[in-house]
Amino acid sequence: MLRRIPTGALIGLIITALFFLVAIFAHVVAPYGLGEIAGGVWEPMSAKFLFGTDNLGRDLLSRMIHGAQTTILIAVLATLLSFCMGAILGFTAAVVGGWFDTLMSRFVDLLMAIPTLIFGLVVLSVLPSTLATLIIVMGVLDSTRVYRLSRAVAVDLNVMDFVEAAKLRGESKWWVIFAEILPNALSPLVSEFGLRFIYAVLFLSALSFLGLGVQPPEADWGGMVKENKDGIIFGIPAALIPAAAIAVLAISVNLVADWILNRTTDLKGGRGNG
Amino acid sequence: MSSPIVKLIAQRVALGILLLLAVSVLIFVGTNLLPGDVAQSILGQAATPVALENLRKEMGLNDPAYVRYFHWLFGILQGDLGTALTSRLDVATSIKERLWNTLFLAFWAAIISVPLAIILGLLAVRYRNGPIDKLISGFALASTSLPEFFIGYLLVFIFAVTFPILPGISTVHEGMPFLEKMKAIALPCTALTLGVLAHMMRMTRAAILNVMQSAYIETAELKGLSAFEIIRKHAFPNAIAPIINVVTINLAFLVVGVVVVEVIFVYPGMGQYLVDHVAKRDVPVVQAVGLIFAAVYIFLNVVADVASILANPRLRHPK
Amino acid sequence: MAETLLDIKNLRIEATTYTPGEKPRTITIVDDVSLTLEKGKVLGLIGESGAGKSTVGLSPMCYGRGGVSITGGEVILNGRDILKQGKNGIRKLRGHEVCYVAQSAAAAFNPVQRLMDQVVEACLTHGVANRVEAERRAVSLFTKLSLPDPDNIGKRYPHQVSGGQLQRVMTAMALCPEPDLIIFDEPTTALDVTTQIDVLAAIKEAIHATGVAALYITHDLAVVAQVADDIMVLRHGKMVEKGTTQQIIKEPRESYTQALVSVHHIEHQEKQPTPKPILSVKNVTAAYGNGIVKVLKNVSVDIHPGQTLAVVGESGSGKSTLARAITGLLPPQQGEVIFDGRKLSNKLADRTKEDLRQLQMIYQMADVAMNPRHTVGTIIGRPLTFYFGLRGAERDRRVKELLEEIEMGTGFIDRYPAELSGGQKQRVCIARALAAKPKLIICDEVTSALDPLVANGILKLLLNLQEIEQVAYLFITHDIATVKSIADSIAVMYRGEVARYGAKSQVLTPQFDDYTDLLLSSVPALELGWLEKAIAGRKMAGAGN
Repeated sequence: MLRRIPTGALIGLIITALFFLVAIFAHVVAPYGLGEIAGGVWEPMSAKFLFGTDNLGRDLLSRMIHGAQTTILIAVLATLLSFCMGAILGFTAAVVGGWFDTLMSRFVDLLMAIPTLIFGLVVLSVLPSTLATLIIVMGVLDSTRVYRLSRAVAVDLNVMDFVEAAKLRGESKWWVIFAEILPNALSPLVSEFGLRFIYAVLFLSALSFLGLGVQPPEADWGGMVKENKDGIIFGIPAALIPAAAIAVLAISVNLVADWILNRTTDLKGGRGNG
Repeated sequence: MSSPIVKLIAQRVALGILLLLAVSVLIFVGTNLLPGDVAQSILGQAATPVALENLRKEMGLNDPAYVRYFHWLFGILQGDLGTALTSRLDVATSIKERLWNTLFLAFWAAIISVPLAIILGLLAVRYRNGPIDKLISGFALASTSLPEFFIGYLLVFIFAVTFPILPGISTVHEGMPFLEKMKAIALPCTALTLGVLAHMMRMTRAAILNVMQSAYIETAELKGLSAFEIIRKHAFPNAIAPIINVVTINLAFLVVGVVVVEVIFVYPGMGQYLVDHVAKRDVPVVQAVGLIFAAVYIFLNVVADVASILANPRLRHPK
Repeated sequence: MAETLLDIKNLRIEATTYTPGEKPRTITIVDDVSLTLEKGKVLGLIGESGAGKSTVGLSPMCYGRGGVSITGGEVILNGRDILKQGKNGIRKLRGHEVCYVAQSAAAAFNPVQRLMDQVVEACLTHGVANRVEAERRAVSLFTKLSLPDPDNIGKRYPHQVSGGQLQRVMTAMALCPEPDLIIFDEPTTALDVTTQIDVLAAIKEAIHATGVAALYITHDLAVVAQVADDIMVLRHGKMVEKGTTQQIIKEPRESYTQALVSVHHIEHQEKQPTPKPILSVKNVTAAYGNGIVKVLKNVSVDIHPGQTLAVVGESGSGKSTLARAITGLLPPQQGEVIFDGRKLSNKLADRTKEDLRQLQMIYQMADVAMNPRHTVGTIIGRPLTFYFGLRGAERDRRVKELLEEIEMGTGFIDRYPAELSGGQKQRVCIARALAAKPKLIICDEVTSALDPLVANGILKLLLNLQEIEQVAYLFITHDIATVKSIADSIAVMYRGEVARYGAKSQVLTPQFDDYTDLLLSSVPALELGWLEKAIAGRKMAGAGN
């Protein structure tokens, strides 16, 4: 069953793993503390400061590593929240149907009629900017997309003959959802998890960049771009480094998600190689 | 035009209006029912109870929520967007020029990105599975993963710092000569274009591919029509609706992308204005600007739907 | 000696496949096929799916679908090798010398253009005729093909005419530029059998009237026997046999062709009804959409233990709905279903596990009837666990027994459905149904998606299993030949009602009702001249009325 992993996906997988390891062991890996002022303002790259220093003279690499922890933690939690909510409600709506389905679907339509960033900004204008708020706002807004996908996948599967066969056999709803529908919905959902995670990272970074996400003294990548953006015009690339980190992480996860999705379509169509 | 199609379009437009009303409720509820006293936040912790009470009365804060909602809604319908809490300026007046600036930026970004996306999408289909297609889809993958500020600051770093040929800060004002204005928006416009281009291109590619793989294209090919005639007579009339759909949906993305890009380039538009006032927790401004963004977004989505209704031959020529 | 129009020599066609994440691969689709066609003659290309018949058929237009390209041999049309013509040369020949009629006319017409514009397009493109002349030709062709309102039908859009009519318009479109050769690619396969006969007659008539030569591609030997002068049998991209139609259907030389010709000759002794039916459907009425669209009207049939009731009808006759009503998936509005002497509750949810066990179902599309994530062992084993509580080694032993019973090796137990062929998939579905030890199995078009020989194998297996297990079948199908091979009794359905019902010998013997007569007389027989006889018979009947 296991095929050779294509190069692109392999690179993506390794880099993604690396990012997560760094995020988990941030305190061990980082040469300097989060708020530790170790040198002059905007020092260039050197052996002492691999990425140079930031607008207050803090080591950029260390802040990037701590920032990875904050960024990835919030993004993962928000994605998990959006998935739990979106997938459970989506599956339930598909299998139960009726008024529950109609009500949920119309409400999701309504939420999706407002661009996510705009809605996020509107809500954050009245709520305090704490980590919990951020995770909940991001999770809830993003769960609309997960809901739509899970519902669509489940509705498609629910009318397949093999699900009907299970119902005719007299199987319980649990068996239908967990043994028949879920294994077939898993791959698109896992792939979607990757895409939603990227979206969460980008969304969080955008909020922090706008000054409405993670608040100082905590560091996250979007916030670091904001802190160092004034250097750009003097030719100091400090703001570009956290921005590039976001890009690299997003591309890596994208490569993995793409591969998972392609593998799914392979399994569905035609005869395997036995 | 036959009546079922008119009916369908009317339904879709009505649905859009209904949706906009629901969105206005959502925005109002979202900014009002959450904890926090507006009067307190304006006057600060040191304010006397009497002053607070007076301000509440003046702003109608003591009325029930639904009364305030209708008051707000009817105000908006008459062009009264309220007064900013922080500056005490009329929101509608402050927005007018900024809205214009934002539309100006979005317009030029659309002018560049739409034809470019369609051409690149066509190229990707024409040379499917070839190196050009791979290059384009690789570019698309990268571009959907890049945060807007990365593209933005990279552009600044290259074109305003390393090779100082364009301004890194886009100041525009009324009465500025057109060419200067264009030069000022060159970088933000490029950033916006790059932001939506990949997505629009991918969707265009999928839409055209879908049409090109239809059996009627094969029929045309087997009639011995030239490639140009096949596209002109058979592919294009069928692809136009999905492409319009793709374009309008992406214009909606573009309108949202404007927010971050404006902040990067310190461009005096709606996005910058919104972000500033979110930070200041200036609720009336946030409500008004949020509603305008949502309205544009919903409007574009309705246009997309109407376009696909108009293009459907089954609806245009019922049995 | 007639003039040679088309001469294909040692044709070799290859395809490149692009599987995501894998290197492109080249596979051979057609290998070393040669044929000649004289002016005004019709050659039938016949074979099962994957035989390469469409690919060969499209070679005179130098056209390959989905990454297919001609890599060897010669295709000589009107004396010149078209493979050496270059792009422009090929374009001039397409739609001018050679025209094409596709299987699904509904998809092959541009939905946003009027029919007339599309019919005359090739004429105008190649300068064969001016607009007025081309339209005059088109109208005369519409008349020849007995389309209704030939003067005005061209003003319509594709979605405004029926499938059978659209297929005839497509034929007119191919004939309009007066080509030398027309390629018919399964032109009647998507149609109901009673529509097929008219289209077939129209096509044959038009071929004769215009003197055009044709390649007629189909999987149905009986159909091609009506229109072709010669027949070529293809299998796995290679030629099996070539001969006159008479020779192929009367004295086939190769064993594969012999198998194709005798495919429907299954010996089955009709059994007599018993006093106590296993299932009685009594006055069942069912509808979709909150009871608005009535699809079953007052249907009553009986099925006897260990016997087969075939329910036959065309699309929209309600035959599949009958299955859904019996299983409780679509609770009937009125009437009742008596199973083994007791009334089954209308709704699926209210039935007992025992009721469900004794009534199993097999589907048309085996590949979607099995969970692609389960192994064959799990698929067949689940009913064993669910109904009989079998687990572990005991369950495996029983699964292996069942695999033997469906004539597949025990080695398949760990395979996934995607690794099986179409016939094997259907066998696994049969084993899954048998695992429950049912008294009745509903078979919903179980052989329609399969190639004739494979389908034949499945039918024989079902009959064998019936002898061993004494299980009754409710066999739903649109194919009369299948019905003749396996049924003990027959119900003919038409527009939601039972038009004729009884023992097989009785149903298939005159006097017929109108619909059964129409249906039976529309089924192509594997004999020369059947079409003319059928049409003549129909005219006689029309005159008699």
